[in-house]
Amino acid sequence: MKLLTHNMLTSSVIKGVTKGFPLKIVASKVEVREVDYNEPFIIKTLSKVDWPALHQAANEVGYGEDLPIELGEDFQKDETLLRKIHNALLQVDIIEGELVCPESGRKFPISNGIPNMLLSEHEVSS
Amino acid sequence: MSSSGRPEHQAPPEIFYNETEAAKYTSNTYMLDIQQKLSERALELLAPPDDVSCYILDIGCGSGLSGDVLTEADHREVEGDLILGDMGDGLPFRPGTFDGVISISALQWLCNADKKCRSPAKRMLKFFRTLYSVMRNGTRAVFQLYPENSARLELLTQQAMKAGFTGGLVVHFPNSSKAKKIFLCLFCGGSTQALSEGLGTENTATNVRQKHVKGQRKPLKTLRDRVLEKKERWRRRGRETRPDTQYTGRKRRSHHF
Repeated sequence: MKLLTHNMLTSSVIKGVTKGFPLKIVASKVEVREVDYNEPFIIKTLSKVDWPALHQAANEVGYGEDLPIELGEDFQKDETLLRKIHNALLQVDIIEGELVCPESGRKFPISNGIPNMLLSEHEVSS
Repeated sequence: MSSSGRPEHQAPPEIFYNETEAAKYTSNTYMLDIQQKLSERALELLAPPDDVSCYILDIGCGSGLSGDVLTEADHREVEGDLILGDMGDGLPFRPGTFDGVISISALQWLCNADKKCRSPAKRMLKFFRTLYSVMRNGTRAVFQLYPENSARLELLTQQAMKAGFTGGLVVHFPNSSKAKKIFLCLFCGGSTQALSEGLGTENTATNVRQKHVKGQRKPLKTLRDRVLEKKERWRRRGRETRPDTQYTGRKRRSHHF
């Protein structure tokens, strides 16, 4: 599971959870897989990405030092930074681990790169 | 292809799609062909813009066949991520995340509630409500599905409208029970958009003459219309027919044999 996906994922479907974002990552196996660099895609995606959540997630998987705490305004021209963002968003892949809901503490296992978001009947909000 | 009826009647999806069943989607050429065609049609209806990168959600993606069509069509730039979930629980994403949604041959599973206590209607509403919120305003969701009957299809569209969607059904080849494919196209906000014509509907439209009788909504078909339609059906199936002339379907002098 890539960090880009993690940046969009919430646990808001659980009963009683308001925002459920960002999910805390506890990773036991992380890999880096090469993905073609596409600058317009990265720039466009950044408008959607929640930067503090991305920074926190990158720290949790051990790739946080590459990223600044705040995304400045000139990032579009900074290719080195964009490549680091590309690495964090699309190349870092969480293979095994857990996602933890910040409000309820509910854990979602990640197995073989796939997070399991299945809920039991009493957890689903109506 | 198994001819033992609808999959939803056999088992819930997490049991039905065991290794053997799932493997059919990637090994059976007939299924591969159908799934590819369905995905291409859905992509046409989704009409994503060519020049801008879009973030697409594929619901019920299974073995990722529809994703391959996205790649073939030069639309997919980045490998997507797989997430395991139940659509009836709601979609676990941030608001306005997706620029488009497709789903091939999956939505009919939402019409059954196997072990869950909530009714299908409630699960559908939960699904459509959360779907609405995770889609960006002005985007579309295209679902190809196999509804069991019109009542279930009606319930689906009703719940979708309740969740705030506009849109409707596009039916390809409505007259052929084999080729007929149903696409539910939903619009999330944005201005009113026109729905495409279904394929295979052009000929039937011209053959049905409407008699404007007050209070009567069903158009009356004459013998000639019925004969012309039957010949069209035969031609579509590749059967030989005589050419249509002014004498086609003309009332003959009655012969009592």
